[in-house]
Amino acid sequence: MNYREPDLQVSFGPLKLKNPVVTASGTFGYGREYAEIVDPNLLGGIVVKGLSLKPRPGNSAPRIVETPAGMLNAIGLENIGVEAFLKEKLPWLKTLDTAVMVNIYGHSTEEYGAVAAALKGAEGVAALEINVSCPNVKKGGMSFGTDPVASAEVTEAVLKNTDKPVIVKLTPNVTDICAVARAVEHAGAHGLSLINTLTGMAIDIKTRRPRLGNISGGLSGPAIRPVALYMVYHVARAVKIPVMGMGGIMDAGDALEFLIAGARAVQVGTANFVNPKASLDIIEGLKQHCVDHDVQRIGDLIGTLKT
Amino acid sequence: MGIFEHKAAVVRNDEVAPSTFLMELESPSIASAAKPGQFVMLRVWGGIDPLLRRPFSICSTGKGTILLLYRVVGKGTRVMAETEAGTQLSVLGPLGRGFEPPGTGEDCLLVAGGMGIAPLAFLARSWEDKSVSFMAGYGTASQIIASEHMGIHGIEIALATDDGSAGFHGPVTGLLEGALEREGKKIVYSCGPAAMLKRVASLCREKQVDCQVSLETVMACGLGACQGCAVPAAAGAGKNTYHVCQDGPVFSGLSIDWEKL
Repeated sequence: MNYREPDLQVSFGPLKLKNPVVTASGTFGYGREYAEIVDPNLLGGIVVKGLSLKPRPGNSAPRIVETPAGMLNAIGLENIGVEAFLKEKLPWLKTLDTAVMVNIYGHSTEEYGAVAAALKGAEGVAALEINVSCPNVKKGGMSFGTDPVASAEVTEAVLKNTDKPVIVKLTPNVTDICAVARAVEHAGAHGLSLINTLTGMAIDIKTRRPRLGNISGGLSGPAIRPVALYMVYHVARAVKIPVMGMGGIMDAGDALEFLIAGARAVQVGTANFVNPKASLDIIEGLKQHCVDHDVQRIGDLIGTLKT
Repeated sequence: MGIFEHKAAVVRNDEVAPSTFLMELESPSIASAAKPGQFVMLRVWGGIDPLLRRPFSICSTGKGTILLLYRVVGKGTRVMAETEAGTQLSVLGPLGRGFEPPGTGEDCLLVAGGMGIAPLAFLARSWEDKSVSFMAGYGTASQIIASEHMGIHGIEIALATDDGSAGFHGPVTGLLEGALEREGKKIVYSCGPAAMLKRVASLCREKQVDCQVSLETVMACGLGACQGCAVPAAAGAGKNTYHVCQDGPVFSGLSIDWEKL
């Protein structure tokens, strides 16, 4: 037998990932929370909890509720702010042998630029991921991400203030996600990640109150996977920049669906709550799939959907 | 020390009162690391609906095992109730901050409401050498969980029931009010419904008695990553919220903003 360890490395625009499995923002903290259970050095990458310019307290409780095969969250982007991140979290993160990506957001185009500027030159930050799903305060609270023009403006503002590759995380709560994808590609984004959560809600019929303090929240988990896969498939064909796929990925089989649909890497989110070792299990499962199907490089499977 | 995640065999899963079960799981690592007040996140089955793990205070530890007390209230606990001995379930723990020991010479007053007896049973068992008065409230007599099920021996549990069918007729905080009048230095440990804990905290504040309460919230990760388990911090805490999974589940009664909870 001529056995060779399959090659799980993938390129993602200017980034080189040791494997295509990245933990999603908001589900893996700042990495350290899971460190006793998951060796972060084995991961393709970590996207840390979304950072704003100033610390934010987040929404009132309840912030999460389980729904069929999924969960709604309305955390309210609670975070320690970019300054505390640089001081308290990055020193540990930069010792890791994995791609640390920093998710950022703002409530104005200028704020997005300012967060990017604060992270400029920060050693140990491999890339920025822009969360464009936030309400745009100046435009009546409509999410930046639902408007191709606003999404492109935010992308440009971040690119102007950073020396890092920029990935834009797209919201699925739009009529045409490909239009937003093309707009941010044109604005210069190095890559895309999708999908963010789908807006949803749940009601307690006895009290007739919403189950979330914020009334509505973002749906994640296996419930959204077919929707996510569909969007990844279409966006990957609509743009030339690389796409990171996510949405309800629980195991290696799920991850492979996204890779075959055209994603160059995947993010694992809600699965981390269900199985803290989900990301590592997926990496092992991908390796096994390659061995079982005589695939030498995982990259050879990307975008190979037969139609 | 440390946090463990592994498949644990269900040793037994017995109905100890109507719709109330004790599940014993084989976990030598968690059993030896666990401190009273800490909890585990249990994946109740291998499927995706219910999806999330469920948090449970550790009720007791046996020889290489942990005991979880639960009442069937929803999807997750219904699945648990149907689980047979021998089933392997993924368990994550021990998690969170447990109870702090009393000061020298302090009498420990343990105040439990319903399923809130779980972490206090573990506490009573671990502190058999300390002066402990245990009081537990239930809705009605049939819900009472026998001490020996929870591994408690040699400690009398004073009972209160809402309908007066056993022990004191009224809330368990009625028993606490009497106990707080007794002579000597005291410290209160409590777990139960939020409204009850609010009353406990307020009584203790009036009497200037230290109190530690164990809070329950929904949570997704149990590790401090998802920030889903936020509770409002009292003014002056220097932060708006605490996360039950990491800052708690045990808090000083004074550190919580009970009006906003």
